[in-house]
Amino acid sequence: MTTKLIIPKPEKEIKSFNVDKIREDFPILSTIVHGKPLCYLDNAATTQKPKAVLEAINNYYLHQNSNVHRGVHYLSGLATEVFEDARVKVKKFINASSTQEIIFTRGTTESINLAAYSFGRSFINEGDEIIISEMEHHSNIVPWQLIAADKKAKIKIIPVNDDGELDLQEFERLITRKTKLVSVVYVSNSLGTINPVKTIIQTAHSHNIPVLIDGAQAVQHLPINVQQLDCDFFAFSGHKMYGPTGIGILYGKINLLESMPPFMGGGDMISKVSFEKTTYNELPYKFEAGTSNIAGAVGLGAAVEYISNIGIDAIAKHEKELLDYAGEVVSRFDGIKIFGNAKNKCSVLSFVFKDIHPHDMGTFLDFEGVAVRTGHHCTQPLMQRFNVPATTRASFAMYNTREEIDILAEGIKKVIKVFRQ
Amino acid sequence: MNAELRELYQQVILDHNKSPRNFKKMDNANHFGEGYNPLCGDKIDIYLKVEDGKIEDVSFQGSGCAISKASASLMSSFMKGRTIEEAEELFGKFHDLITGKIDESQSIEDLGKLAVFAGVQEFPLRVKCASLAWHTLISALKEENKIVSTE
Repeated sequence: MTTKLIIPKPEKEIKSFNVDKIREDFPILSTIVHGKPLCYLDNAATTQKPKAVLEAINNYYLHQNSNVHRGVHYLSGLATEVFEDARVKVKKFINASSTQEIIFTRGTTESINLAAYSFGRSFINEGDEIIISEMEHHSNIVPWQLIAADKKAKIKIIPVNDDGELDLQEFERLITRKTKLVSVVYVSNSLGTINPVKTIIQTAHSHNIPVLIDGAQAVQHLPINVQQLDCDFFAFSGHKMYGPTGIGILYGKINLLESMPPFMGGGDMISKVSFEKTTYNELPYKFEAGTSNIAGAVGLGAAVEYISNIGIDAIAKHEKELLDYAGEVVSRFDGIKIFGNAKNKCSVLSFVFKDIHPHDMGTFLDFEGVAVRTGHHCTQPLMQRFNVPATTRASFAMYNTREEIDILAEGIKKVIKVFRQ
Repeated sequence: MNAELRELYQQVILDHNKSPRNFKKMDNANHFGEGYNPLCGDKIDIYLKVEDGKIEDVSFQGSGCAISKASASLMSSFMKGRTIEEAEELFGKFHDLITGKIDESQSIEDLGKLAVFAGVQEFPLRVKCASLAWHTLISALKEENKIVSTE
């Protein structure tokens, strides 16, 4: 007779996390910059790639390369298999209900443009309104401006408070019968604010308005479940989540995607073409005209697997510790102003000194081996909101360490010494 | 401090960044130019008083990094009393200096103090910072009165 031992499972199981071991997976992290070890804190711009991703891409070109969905030969079958396998991995990663909802694009920008152009062409008319927020990246502003100009529609803006949080009361006031879509960022690339997107989606849905979530800065830091969020579209890039550049995803609810016209015309997106009438391919291929970035998709699949193996909850916990530590260390400097003090925040530390311009800060830090981003971070309206032309932004990833934050702080100390001598 | 960095951020540049000269609006200016670098958000407004083809007074306002601010400050002092032709010629020389077409010793005779910007040669990303004020000055002289972009 065997007895079954039942051990109660903790609510959320967080995998053990070994940052030194993770760093070994990223060969570029051992680069020497101006004689100093690289301290890469520009992860919100792009992350570095683990060996697993590089090997998957290399292996694809070495052993699997061919065009997909076309040939009857061995390699074409193999390429199709690995390409579609990547789609399955992405589907599981964000918990979509079907692979038909996973469209490969070039990145978040193309994903949003696809949604804006295709959804906008069908569902946005003269006098209609689109709601975005004051903290959007230019890629979630300009596509809507283009469609709004074309359709004579109007864009309304959810304001941001001094802590860098969205004003949800004002959001509710902005909704009218003419609102056709809400498009907001999940995690702000300039402030690190994690927006309450679930609440925003529920509010919009209570008025039957679909919602697009720009998840470019969310997928690498937070667990994503599109069904639980109930978002209508979700856009993200491969290269900000340890995958290659030139590949991204637009998730869309199947019924919505079915009702939308194609974005681009060409090969692979058709079912039958004649000069009189062309019928379109089924989802998701209707939105994937031309040969996709197959190697990029394979690389993205490998990145998804890499993140999943380490565990997104473990990553989030590590990054939260880093952010808290960085905030604590950096806020000690005289004259520093930190932008983005939202209660719910991840991975980004944006700051300015009144007497030291971010570009000078960035140049000096570079000579300490520290890579940070300086500038407006493609969020000029947000910079205007806070009345600064630019900030210095340190952004963290799973491979960063407390020692690197100490190096950043040491670097800042040196810059201050030069500029305040 | 690293040698290249010291070369870029010379004492004169740091000093002009801290206390820029001619940093004010000019009420009786008869030429005006607005300079903008969309990549970094640097903005410089240039005010000029030009009489009989001669620059009588220069002032500027705006925000930018130490390189762009010091460049505007040093340029403003340097330009007083010059003719429009001289200003254009000097800009050509200054541009050659910061892009490495000529070295410091070749420019010191014409550019004087401005030769401190030779350090920019090693930082191609900062050429636009050093030249923004100059582009704006030339545009103001031509009385284009429009926003000058470095792009």
